[in-house]
Amino acid sequence: MAEIVIKNVAKSFGSFQALHSIDLTIADQEFMVLLGASGCGKTTLLRIIAGLETPTQGEVWIGGRRVDKLPPRERGIAMVFQNYAVFPHLTVFENIAFGLRMKKLPQPEIDRRVNRTAELMHIEQLLKRYSGQLSGGQRQRVAVARALAMEPDVILMDEPLSNLDALLRLEMRAELKGVLAGSKTTTIYVTHDQVEAMSLADRISVMNGGKIVQAASPVEVYRNPAARFVGSFIGNPPMNFIPATRAANGQWQVAGVTLSGPAGPDKLDFAIRPEDLTVAPGGLKATARVIEPLGAHTLVTSDVDGRLFRAVLDSDITVAPGDELSLVPKPDRIRWFDPETSNAV
Amino acid sequence: MTAITTETDVPRTVESARSAGKFLFIAAIVLICAWVLVPIYLLLVNTLSSPSEVSGFPKTGIPSFDFGSIQFFLSFAGVLKALWNSLLVAVLTMILSIGIGAPAGYALSRFEFPGKEIFRMLVIMTRAFPLPLLALPLAVFFIRTGLDDTALGLAIVHTVLAIPFAVLITFSLFSGIPIELEEAAWTLGCNRLQAFRKVVLPLVLPGIAASAVFAFTISWNEVFAAAVLTIENRTLPAFLVQSLNVSPLHLKFAGGAAMVIPALIFIFAVRKYLFAMWGIANR
Repeated sequence: MAEIVIKNVAKSFGSFQALHSIDLTIADQEFMVLLGASGCGKTTLLRIIAGLETPTQGEVWIGGRRVDKLPPRERGIAMVFQNYAVFPHLTVFENIAFGLRMKKLPQPEIDRRVNRTAELMHIEQLLKRYSGQLSGGQRQRVAVARALAMEPDVILMDEPLSNLDALLRLEMRAELKGVLAGSKTTTIYVTHDQVEAMSLADRISVMNGGKIVQAASPVEVYRNPAARFVGSFIGNPPMNFIPATRAANGQWQVAGVTLSGPAGPDKLDFAIRPEDLTVAPGGLKATARVIEPLGAHTLVTSDVDGRLFRAVLDSDITVAPGDELSLVPKPDRIRWFDPETSNAV
Repeated sequence: MTAITTETDVPRTVESARSAGKFLFIAAIVLICAWVLVPIYLLLVNTLSSPSEVSGFPKTGIPSFDFGSIQFFLSFAGVLKALWNSLLVAVLTMILSIGIGAPAGYALSRFEFPGKEIFRMLVIMTRAFPLPLLALPLAVFFIRTGLDDTALGLAIVHTVLAIPFAVLITFSLFSGIPIELEEAAWTLGCNRLQAFRKVVLPLVLPGIAASAVFAFTISWNEVFAAAVLTIENRTLPAFLVQSLNVSPLHLKFAGGAAMVIPALIFIFAVRKYLFAMWGIANR
C-alpha cells in the first residue's frame, strides 16, 4: 500500500517560485502522469517526492508515512532518470543488483530478482555487458530493470523515453505500460509528451507555471478541460476558442451565431475541439485557408471572425482555400471558459 | 595576341597558397619541438657517455652507452640520501595535496555556495606570490615551529604549490561525472558517502592518480623552497644546486638527467588528465 499525499508543497529557487502550493493525492497502484511544458515544475515536484530536492514548505506522505525530511534511500522509492544514469563502471548485472546489495539481500535472492527483472525487460543476454556497450534503448531497459528489482512501493520516472528515437519510444511505451501494470507499484511519470501521457496514465496532472491546473483521467482532461490552458495544451490540433457575448435569455453570440450557454459573467470564451465540427447550414462562417488531407481526416485551417480556427473534417469533403464553410459545433461538446480567470464555466 | 598578356597575370592557385601556409606550419612545429627536444637530447647523450667523452672534443652526438657518469653520480656522497629525501617529500606532497585538493574539487563541482567564484580565483592566486618573497618569513616561521629541515615542512610548502593544480584537475574530473549517477545511487539505498565511494570514486580514480602524480612531479622538480628550507635533509634538486656548480661536467649532466627523466615519464603518463584541467575533453 503506497498512497502518496502531497500537502501544500511549494518550492522556490532564490526569487523564482518553481512550485506554488501543490496539493495532490495519488492512489495506491495508480499510474499518475505529470504533464506540462518544460519549466512548469513537473520535474521539481518529482524530485521533491524522490527526496532529491527539499520543498520550501509542505509535506509529502508515502504509504501513511511522512517522508519529506527523510533521505531518498528511506522513502521506499525507485527512480528512472532521463539520461538513464546507468553506472558505467559496473556490468548490467551489477547495475540491477546495486540496490539489492545495498539492502544486503542474500546472493540467491539477488540472482533471482536480477534474472527476473532482466527477463521482464528482455535484457537477459546483456547481463555481462557494460553500459558503454549498450544502445540508448538498452540502457533505458537497464535503468527500468534496476528500479523494478528494488520492488519499490513507488516508481518515479523522469521523462524516461525522451532520449529515445520515435519508433523505439512507441515500442518502449507499450512495454512500460504492460510491465508497470503487472508490478503493483504506484507510478509517477513526468513527461512533456501529451500522447505519452494520454496512453500511459490512469490520471494526468496537467501543470502550468508551478501549479496543477487539472488532475483527472485522460479522457476527462481531453473532453472537459478545467482551464483554457489544458484545452490548448492537450489535443493536436488544439481546441478552438472564440470570444462570445451575452444575448437575450441565456443565449450567447459567437461570431454571428446564437448558441445556448451557461449563465455567468458578461463575457465568455466559446471553445470546441476541431473534430467536433461538421459542415452543415447555419453554423459558424469560416473562410478556409489551408487544407491538409491526412488520410482518415482532412485538417482545415480557417478564419472565423478573423481568428484562427481548425476543423478536422471527413476526408471526402471537397474544399479549396478561400471557400466559405459553415461549421456546426456538436452541442454536447461545446465548452465555455471565463476569459477573466480562464477557468471552465 | 591578347592571349599573351593574360599569361603573366595568373592569380596564385589556392593550392600554392595552402602549401606555403603548410610549410610555415610545419616549420613552426619543428622549431618548437627542437626547442624542447634538443636540450633533452644533449642531456641524454652526455649522461650516457663516459666522463672523458663529455669533456673531450670533437663530439660525436651519439651516446656511447657508457654508464661511468651515472655510476659516479650515484656513488657521489649524499646523492642517495637526497634521492630518498626527494622521494619522501614528493610522496608526502602527493598525499597532502590530494587529501586537501580532491575534497575542494568535489565541493566546487557539486555545491553552490556564496563566494564560490572568489574561492576558485583564490586557489589560483596562491601561485601568484613569488616564493622568494615568502621564503624568509617561511624559514623564520619554520625554525620557530621546528618544521625547518624536515621532510614534512618542505612537503607542506610543496603542497601549497601543488594544490591549485590538484583542485583544478579534480574539479574537472568530478564535473565530468553526471550528478544523476550519484542521485541514482541515493535512491538505490546509498547515503552520500556510500554513493561517493561506490559510484564516483571508481570513476575518478584514474584521474585522481594522475593528479597525484602531477603533485609528485611538482615537488620533485621544486628547487627554491627546498634549497632555503632544508640544510641537512636536502632534496635532490636542492642538493644538486648546492654541489653541482663545483662538480665536473659529466656529474652535472648525470644529475640533470636524474631530475628530468622521472618527471618526463610521469608527465607523459598523465598527460591526458592534464589536458582535462584546461577544459579539453579527457575521454
